[in-house]
Amino acid sequence: MSNLKHAFNLTLFLFAVWLLLSGHYTPLMLVLGAASTLLVVFLAIRVAIIDREIQPVLLKPSVLFYWFWLAWEIIKSNLDVTRRILSPGLPISPKIFTVRAGQKTELGRVTYANSITLVPGTVTMDIDEDIFTVHALTQAAAADLERGEMNRRVCSVENVF
Amino acid sequence: MGAAVHILSWICLLGGACFLLVGAIGVLRLPDFYTRLHAVSVSDTMGAGLVLAGLMLQGGLSMVTVKLVLIFYFMIFTGPTATHALAEAALQAKLKPVVDDREP
Repeated sequence: MSNLKHAFNLTLFLFAVWLLLSGHYTPLMLVLGAASTLLVVFLAIRVAIIDREIQPVLLKPSVLFYWFWLAWEIIKSNLDVTRRILSPGLPISPKIFTVRAGQKTELGRVTYANSITLVPGTVTMDIDEDIFTVHALTQAAAADLERGEMNRRVCSVENVF
Repeated sequence: MGAAVHILSWICLLGGACFLLVGAIGVLRLPDFYTRLHAVSVSDTMGAGLVLAGLMLQGGLSMVTVKLVLIFYFMIFTGPTATHALAEAALQAKLKPVVDDREP
């Protein structure tokens, strides 16, 4: 019966977001907002995506520090990729390689794969269980990822039940 | 709004515009599909991020800023997902990447 609880939580969350964003609080608008919320929850139940993963609390609070670290990494690699794009000689050295993801949960792996893609210079191309195929713009970006610091940091914010 | 905030906001907006331009130049200059994804990554993160930051400074502490934060939040989740979908589709279609060991 826990899916019912998740559906109820999702309804509350969606209606709260609707209230926050709409700015119209007449009775007609509120009823329409509630109706659209229920429609979305109904559709979510129909396509069976109501499970514990709809809760955004599956990562530890320390994920906030991870985001700041990731933002800094993104800024650094943005400047590097920008410099290479604008250099007359176009100094790139594309490489395809694999890394092993150490995360135990699916959400942890998604976080890691998305982080790799979000940082310019590396893109996750394929995921096979815990083996990621990554395309890097430069050997340096590839070596950076292979050192595994990002992998360790994602592992440490993962909440394993 | 203070002049300092105003100036900072414009620095962010113009900086963001520069990175969007760099992304476009990268798409034109880079040799193949996969390397071009990295250029798009620049516009997606730095370009759009700085433009949104600049707009948030213009908005101040208001509903507008809350909505801009939500836009940013959705972007950092959907952006990499779309990039990954494109890369995986190209890989499945057996598009050969340019691989090169010229420069470390």
